[in-house]
Amino acid sequence: MIDFFAALLTPQLFEATVRLATPVTFAALAAVVCERSGVTNIAMEGVMLVGAFFAAWVGWISGNPWLGLLGGIAASALFSLLFAWAVVSLHINHVVTGAIMNILAFGLTRYLMMVFYGRQGTSEAVAKTLHHYKFAIPLLSDIPYVGPAFFNQTPLVYLSIISVFAWAWIFKRTRLGLSLIASGEHPMALETLGRSVYRVRYLAILISGVLCGFAGAFLSIENSNSFTEGMTNGRGFIALAANIAGGWRPVGVFIASLFFGFVDALQMRVQSLGIVKIPSEIFIVFPYVATIVAIAGLVRKSRPPAAVGKDFNIEGDGE
Amino acid sequence: MPKSDESPLVLETRGITKRFDHIIANNNISIKLRKGEIIAVLGENGAGKSTLMNILFGLYKPTSGSILIDGLPVSFDSPRDAIAKGLGMVHQHFMLVPTLTVTQNIVLGKEPVRLGHVLYKRARRSVVELSKRYGLTVNPDARLEDLSVGLQQRVEILKALYRNARVLILDEPTAVLTPGEVEELFAVLRNLAADGTSIIIITHKLEEVKALSDRVYILRRGELVGECRTASASAAELANFMVGRDVVLAVERPAPRPKPEPIFSLESLFVHSSRGLPALKGVDLAVGRGEILGIAGVEGNGQKELCEVIAGLITPDSGKILFKGEDVSRWSVRRRMDAGMGYVPQDRRVSGLVLPFSVEENLALGRSDRPPLSRHGFMKFAALRAQALQLMENYDIRTSGPEARVSTLSGGNQQKIILAREFSRNPDFLLISQPTRGLDVGAIEYVYRRILELKERGVAILLISMELEELFALADRIAVLHGGQVVFESPTATTNEAQIGEYMIRGRYERSIS
Repeated sequence: MIDFFAALLTPQLFEATVRLATPVTFAALAAVVCERSGVTNIAMEGVMLVGAFFAAWVGWISGNPWLGLLGGIAASALFSLLFAWAVVSLHINHVVTGAIMNILAFGLTRYLMMVFYGRQGTSEAVAKTLHHYKFAIPLLSDIPYVGPAFFNQTPLVYLSIISVFAWAWIFKRTRLGLSLIASGEHPMALETLGRSVYRVRYLAILISGVLCGFAGAFLSIENSNSFTEGMTNGRGFIALAANIAGGWRPVGVFIASLFFGFVDALQMRVQSLGIVKIPSEIFIVFPYVATIVAIAGLVRKSRPPAAVGKDFNIEGDGE
Repeated sequence: MPKSDESPLVLETRGITKRFDHIIANNNISIKLRKGEIIAVLGENGAGKSTLMNILFGLYKPTSGSILIDGLPVSFDSPRDAIAKGLGMVHQHFMLVPTLTVTQNIVLGKEPVRLGHVLYKRARRSVVELSKRYGLTVNPDARLEDLSVGLQQRVEILKALYRNARVLILDEPTAVLTPGEVEELFAVLRNLAADGTSIIIITHKLEEVKALSDRVYILRRGELVGECRTASASAAELANFMVGRDVVLAVERPAPRPKPEPIFSLESLFVHSSRGLPALKGVDLAVGRGEILGIAGVEGNGQKELCEVIAGLITPDSGKILFKGEDVSRWSVRRRMDAGMGYVPQDRRVSGLVLPFSVEENLALGRSDRPPLSRHGFMKFAALRAQALQLMENYDIRTSGPEARVSTLSGGNQQKIILAREFSRNPDFLLISQPTRGLDVGAIEYVYRRILELKERGVAILLISMELEELFALADRIAVLHGGQVVFESPTATTNEAQIGEYMIRGRYERSIS
């Protein structure tokens, strides 16, 4: 039994945990920013997918993965602006719009596969991926277990960790953070103090688009070398769960994302070791089951922003 | 003190008119406000007070007319412009973020910043200074949701002062306060006025006008119908002006029956709140036929749970609810209603009515599935219409017709729909919560009369109200609910508002130190 755990809990497992958590972390931060501003965002899956597609395409055409990353971010940001326009300016229900955005993203990327590559399935591989730029941080990376997990990674992984603490700081210390919180808790209060709720929510959705762009690019040109249809594989929704399990807070969300990353890494490891004679489908289901359990266990303790998912409309708000 | 007419004009409106579609909410309204003056804008609900204030604060744009500040015309596109010109508004429903601290709430929108970072130390210092200067003591680090309503209002005032407001507009400032808090607020406002701040209070409460203002403007149906020095008008005169006819609020309360036959009682009732905390801790109450028992108390002391447990929305942890000798505490809502219990909920917009439904549909709620309104599972719309027309006439519900959406009606007419529906069931027991919240004098008078009529018919009534006056006007006995317990009970004749108020507040005091 001890041997079994020794074979299981290797440094590679922890490295994989952090890597697999990265796109979830980005997308979950996107959810935090959106929801704290009062917008229910279930469109991360789709926004991420669009980002993944364009990162792979621009990366392929230009031969430069960094340009690919920028392309993915720009595409995600633009795509999320569509979402912002629908929910903020047109006052359409957030969840309905989010669901449509997801369907649209799947259809759009599939269509663009045909247009750009002339085929379905998987795109052309980029010449160089962002994984190529992996570097170890001296000294820190020598710490057993923690070192390889957190300090011998690629730039995007580092960036996701930095983003977590940056956003924790933004919420706690900055004017932007204060405005976001007020917009999500009591938008009318913010409006009557002369700050536009529309503007704050547009900005929040745009930021979430950028963060989803990072997540998408990670999937296509960092963790892989090409775009595959539907490659987000539910991570946008797991991010939504991480957002709730993490209590709408950046650091909490990061821990939740790491948990999902760990479960994911574990199922891969157990599968590849082949120690346990269980059909592989059972393992693949594991992260999703863990999501449900985590949400069921944690969701009651955390409190969502008071005005999340509610439309803000000054003229319609008068008594 | 009343300011002399020589004090400079700070704010003036000239012929403000505001039209919403075909409704004229404000018609040609001109008011003047001098430096250091307190004016009151008095009017019934729907008289156009809030519209006028929202125009002054830049939330609405006037259809015509102009606003002058310091004699110069201004135009507001948003509250930001109004704030910049020195206007501050204390809204009836506070514009405060419950999860943020006092300091954060005050500086929000005008934070001291460096490179996008809020300088919280400096912000805190400004707040402390400000609250010292105006004697508005409040803990700058407290989270807003932990403060009492009175303190929250104080934060609202500080918020305006932090923005250097020279004109403070308060919308129904005492609606949510206890009597003691009202006194404190008035003292604060008088100090501010003496200091040179000009103040407008919007209200439909005559006592406030008399107690606080130098001058009063009276609005009725969107028009300015009067203006006078407060000192020169009596409360009765103001009331008549406001409503346009004579109002007798002091309703004649029939003498209590000597020995009412008990019909409804609670026996050591324990209930926990939705947050899992004990909300009612052993409540004993009894109401007899033809008797009104009033429940006083500061909001949040178990009133909500009391209503819900009696209506059948939640089940008690222990204890009994006895109605006509039977324990109904496990009965469904429907079974209770059929047995003769009725419920007029506190918030007509949330739980009393289905706002997007029509008048006739709302009047049919709860009995639409049985004759005469339906047969064999099919609704009979003719019967629905007939019932609606009948009730609309009996209860003087003024609408464009039985098909009108309830959301378009005034608060008074909405309340009449609930009363019509519940009263016409001919209940033996009625639970009535906050029946006149947000209603104007005319509508209040009507509600009072109807409640007393029911009492005359022998209905046992449990009346929950935050308004002490209301309890003293209607109840035969008054019980004070505090911390989930009845801490005091007395016949109305042998107690007074001061005593009841003390029990309401002393309870809170005890709670805060334990």
